[in-house]
Amino acid sequence: MNTTALQTPRLLALGDAAWTLEFGSDISTATNARVTDLADQVARLRQTEPLFAAVTDVVPTFRSLTVHFDPLAADADRLGERLLALGQQGGQVLRVGQHWRLPVCFEPSFAPDLPRLAEAKGLTETEIIGKLLNVEFRVYVIGFQPGFPYMGGLPPELAMPRLASPRQRVPAHSLAVAGEMCAVYPWDSPGGWNLLGRTPVQLFDLRLAEHPAMLAVGDQVRWYAVPLAEYERLRQLGQAGQLPRETFLETQGAT
Amino acid sequence: MTTGLLTIVQPGIGTTVQDGGRHGHRHEGVAVSGWLDAPLAEAANALLGNSGGAAVLELRGLGTELRVSAGPVRVALAGHISAKCLLAEGGLSVLPAWQSQTLQVGDRLLLGAAETGCAYLAVSGGIALPAQLGSRSSNWRAGLQGVLGRALRPGDLLPCSSWTTTDPKQWRLPTPWALPDGPMRVLLGPQADHFRSDAVAAFLRDGWEASAEQDRMGLRLRGTPLVHTRPAAADIVSDAVTAGAIQVPANGQPIVLLTDSQTVGGYPKIATVIRADLPRLAHLRPGSRVHFRAVTAAQARQALQDQRDTWTRWLTTREAFLPPGFINEAALYGSNLISGQIRADF
Repeated sequence: MNTTALQTPRLLALGDAAWTLEFGSDISTATNARVTDLADQVARLRQTEPLFAAVTDVVPTFRSLTVHFDPLAADADRLGERLLALGQQGGQVLRVGQHWRLPVCFEPSFAPDLPRLAEAKGLTETEIIGKLLNVEFRVYVIGFQPGFPYMGGLPPELAMPRLASPRQRVPAHSLAVAGEMCAVYPWDSPGGWNLLGRTPVQLFDLRLAEHPAMLAVGDQVRWYAVPLAEYERLRQLGQAGQLPRETFLETQGAT
Repeated sequence: MTTGLLTIVQPGIGTTVQDGGRHGHRHEGVAVSGWLDAPLAEAANALLGNSGGAAVLELRGLGTELRVSAGPVRVALAGHISAKCLLAEGGLSVLPAWQSQTLQVGDRLLLGAAETGCAYLAVSGGIALPAQLGSRSSNWRAGLQGVLGRALRPGDLLPCSSWTTTDPKQWRLPTPWALPDGPMRVLLGPQADHFRSDAVAAFLRDGWEASAEQDRMGLRLRGTPLVHTRPAAADIVSDAVTAGAIQVPANGQPIVLLTDSQTVGGYPKIATVIRADLPRLAHLRPGSRVHFRAVTAAQARQALQDQRDTWTRWLTTREAFLPPGFINEAALYGSNLISGQIRADF
């Protein structure tokens, strides 16, 4: 087994009400796994240890975990020391979250940047789509917008810089790529990523107030292509709240 | 009991519904939101006896007009602001800040300008819109529904409690809540090492000017550009941000994040404003100057504790009074008349 030396994490103050434990400065599965490992430990400790009672938010990102707390209720110094100790121990387990298989429709009007990407890479559009569908992406961080997943794993041969001039309005549900990342815009918004398709799935749903965001850091996502009619059917079911998320779990029906 | 109802006649500029914020959903990309100046917002609530955390209107501009559609409703303003009240029975009264007033059905409240850039209107019982993800705070970028998910519009309804108490006394705070002046206190980092050491010194030494480019997400400052250790250090792999974090992109001009900001960001943060000074960020009008001073974590905690203690003591100065125009017959007949007239003229 190929083991790499683990970088010692750094404890950084994000003001007087949050600690950031930084595991590195790269985007990699190994670093992100240490982040999710610590996030899991903190989640457990919030249930059991008084020291963690003042924690309000736990935010995993590509390469760091930020723990927000109530500064008047917390023993900030001890909390920081504890996080550092936990971060130094953990990270041996490559934890992955749930495995999703999500539909995407490559209808030309949904994929305005697909022809340009194909031309730039000297591939056909079908080849680009084929490569995209072959990837199992890892969710590295949820941010930018509620439920917006930054997913890593796009092969370098599909890497494209962001648009020089961002679009004023990217339609909600657009699947987009930039660099070696893939993302979905849950909402209409300005955006500079290359649009390659659209998913009928709602990645953020206030009706599911416990977990309004569908994807979590550490989840794995694989795409499958659907024709326009199926896209429309799924989209309408989703809007009506009749498309349970479990439908898209990879394990569904596997056992 | 939500038998009080306020109708938005004019939403005005920059007016939103806010409470203590939406906590516990940052890992899902949901901003915290909530009031920018907590002590000020909670002072408005305290004038009405509302429980802490009751939703209020945050006023950052001018032109907001409300009508009482069901009531009576008791209201109070906190901040450098006042309002005119057009009474349904005819006539006009002025509602200054720092005291409560009871409005009757049909009364209209015309709010003046929030002179320092942030003021609050509390209503009896708090604004009782349904909470979303545990908060009533507006964050229309998040696509929340109702008036939480967009700017206020004419005709929007804000439910609250009616004021049924027959006791005619109102409450007031004799002295306004004052923010400290002097440099804005920061903890350096988390990415101060992305800047040349002379840039960190310049950040703390030079004055900065608040620009007009500001909203509830952030505030751009202008000054002599800060230099990163190298050009590539102006970008980081995105990590978590928070209100008060001071991002510096490649142009060297700082952006102070506020409570509606995204949960993660890709610019290095030279420093983070301490909690005790976050309320001051809501009052940096365009053109105003700000200096920063680095403090330790222990000093930051002490400053917050001191602020909390000062605020709590200040609230105990709250006193009851009888509004002009109200003749308290028991007092009139039961005690010597003090000098001066009892006003009964409106």
